[in-house]
Amino acid sequence: MTDLFRKVALSSLTARVAFGIAFLLIFGGVIVSIAAFAYGREAARSAYDRLLLGAATGIASSITVQDGRPVIELPVSAFELLALAPDDRIGYRIIGAEGETLTGYDEITLPTRRRDFRDGFFDSSFFGEKARFAVVSRRFAERTLNGTVKVVVGQTLRARNEMAYDITRKALYVLAASGLAMVLLSVVVVRSVLQPLERIAGGLAARDPHDLTPLDTSVPRETAVMINALNGFMARLDRQMNSMRHLISDTAHQLRTPVAALRAQADLFTDEPELARKEKIVERIQTRTASLGRLLDQLLSQALVIHRGDSARRERVDLRDIALDVFEEGDHAVLNPEFDVILDIGEDPVEVLADAQSLKEALKNLLNNALKYGRSPVRVGASSEGRRASIWVEDAGGGPVDGVLAELGSRFNKGALSRQSSSGLGLAIAHAVAHSFDGELRLEKTDSGCFRAALVFAALPEGRA
Amino acid sequence: MKLVTFLKGLAVLAALFTTGRAVSAQELVEVFGPQITNRVLVLRSTTDIAVFGPVVETFLRTQPGLQVRYEQWGSNELYRLTRRDCRDGVAGADIVISSGVHQMVQLVNEACAASYRSRLTERLPEALRWRDELWGITREPAVIVYNRELVPAEDIPQSRFDLLDLLRPDGTPYAGRVATYDIEQSGLGYLFAFADAQEATTFGALQESFGRSQAVSTCCSVDIIKGVAEGRYLIAYNVLGSYAQGYQLKDKRIGIVLPSDYTLVLSRTFMIPKQADHKAEAEAFLDFLLSSEGTLALRTALLISPLLETEEGNEGEGLSSTALRPIGLSPALMVALDELTRETFLRRWRSTFPGP
Repeated sequence: MTDLFRKVALSSLTARVAFGIAFLLIFGGVIVSIAAFAYGREAARSAYDRLLLGAATGIASSITVQDGRPVIELPVSAFELLALAPDDRIGYRIIGAEGETLTGYDEITLPTRRRDFRDGFFDSSFFGEKARFAVVSRRFAERTLNGTVKVVVGQTLRARNEMAYDITRKALYVLAASGLAMVLLSVVVVRSVLQPLERIAGGLAARDPHDLTPLDTSVPRETAVMINALNGFMARLDRQMNSMRHLISDTAHQLRTPVAALRAQADLFTDEPELARKEKIVERIQTRTASLGRLLDQLLSQALVIHRGDSARRERVDLRDIALDVFEEGDHAVLNPEFDVILDIGEDPVEVLADAQSLKEALKNLLNNALKYGRSPVRVGASSEGRRASIWVEDAGGGPVDGVLAELGSRFNKGALSRQSSSGLGLAIAHAVAHSFDGELRLEKTDSGCFRAALVFAALPEGRA
Repeated sequence: MKLVTFLKGLAVLAALFTTGRAVSAQELVEVFGPQITNRVLVLRSTTDIAVFGPVVETFLRTQPGLQVRYEQWGSNELYRLTRRDCRDGVAGADIVISSGVHQMVQLVNEACAASYRSRLTERLPEALRWRDELWGITREPAVIVYNRELVPAEDIPQSRFDLLDLLRPDGTPYAGRVATYDIEQSGLGYLFAFADAQEATTFGALQESFGRSQAVSTCCSVDIIKGVAEGRYLIAYNVLGSYAQGYQLKDKRIGIVLPSDYTLVLSRTFMIPKQADHKAEAEAFLDFLLSSEGTLALRTALLISPLLETEEGNEGEGLSSTALRPIGLSPALMVALDELTRETFLRRWRSTFPGP
């Protein structure tokens, strides 16, 4: 059975619709047939019961009394009424006041049990064939005859059954016709439903491989869901490709200068005959290499952030953990031992939906900036204010001058990440991370005169799983 | 078990007894086909052997090795015998053909008949078959027969109204010289009378008129027709046309009229009793009778009456088809056989014909 369902699930939509309709038709057909047959039988029964009753009443009313005994001349009309069921045998019996048969078939016996005897009708058999009988009583209150004469008239069931079958058959014709109509209709519907899909598929196939512009969404609402998803996916792809392109060009640009400088120093070193100056050049080369290494680190982390921003799954992240991790990695203690770094986190979790790895990169960059440009002590922390959650780095310095700050902000907003100093690159990374998870990068002076760089996100409501 | 055997024995005894008694009631027996054979088809019929014999002979030409034992019966006896056979479960006749249509309907109603269906039976009109157990095979009108020499041309009754007018005047020469079937004796006569009573109110008047003019009721078609030919009777009412016409071929003294107000048309009915031993042969015979060959044979025997088809010849007027009233095979005919109804009907009849 499950196999069948699996097969159905894998089969074409048309097959599924066909399966559904076939099921409906068979199931409905059986139910309708049963209902039609029941109805037909009931209709035939009541129709022919009336005939019986009419005939019996006709016979009963033709009974007269002469010389103290009932005289019967069977009305032909009563029998002609019964002959409306042309192929049915007729049984009748007229029972006198004392229970004696006045005329007709002795073989017909009245049921003794009251249960078999409903509304003056009963089922029995007549010369071996099933038959139905009606009983009509007529009371006589003559001087010479006092009592009830019963007229029993019955008929075999051929005409009834035929009528029942006829009604059933006609109902089935109607059912078959409507079934056919349903099939045709469903074919049309399936066709028209699948047409937009075919059109979309055709459009996609005809596209230029580099064309990632959104598809036309003027399609039926149900199909638009798919188109929207497809468009979203293509937009992400487009964004990533753009980022990559930018990254590559940025990286190329950023690396060209320091590498050229290194080469120039190396050239100088070769040409320098004086030993003391040579040492100086070596020293300079060392500084440059170190800065180049840092630059590479940053470039890679930017690449990582950009990559993860679009592709990593968002999950519930406690910002305090990020702060703690970065603090505990302790790079700052090695690189900048002269700085005091303080962890500042609270008791309550500060949770957002984001990617931990990206957040960590961003925070590291902010911390590096603080260590590089700020003043000790530096505080790293996470906190929530109302519905906002933030993770931040704060140093005791005054931060960049106001103009630069404003300029930095505007540059990020424009998304122009190229041609930045290495500090700018760190901020750019933080900005990119904030942006990826619908947050923002805030650079501001606090009331206590410190400079704070914070990533602010929408907080997850507490306790929500 | 013993009891059943005993009962069976009783039934056989009873059958022997009744058959023995019945033999005395049957009119004639004739055997057609080879004398020594084990395939004997027993045919019981009310039709005169002389009339129906040629039809049987034609049939036997297609059935080598089959013998037909033809028993001729009066319709009432045939009805009683067949009914008894049916109730006792005795295999009597293989085929019953009777002009007592109402009796045959009754037998079918009592489940005495075997069912059969073929292409030919299905071609019969609805009125000439019932339940695929009873089939009407002949077409014979009920006619008025008169003596050509003794009845002047202006007196020839063309309809029942004319007959009434003839009988009405006091001292009419037709008083006591109009004959009809004794319906107590003849199943066919009763059937015609009954059908007349259903058909029109004329019959009441006619009956009364018969009574006043001391009409004669007597038995048997042949006797009546002969009486008319010999001048014992001047007019006979409700005589079976096939016999009248057959007689006319030999004896030109009689004339035949199909009453123009309406003419009853009788179809003798064919039934295969359910206990028949030779059902297949009986069915073959039925199919033969309904085939063009058999129809031709019946026509030759005048059992499918030419009177109904042609307008030329005979004094019989051409009739519009609406005046033809076939006695259809319908359970309504059972009324005719109901004991009390029959009694009432006969009482009225007896008061008309106080006796010979």
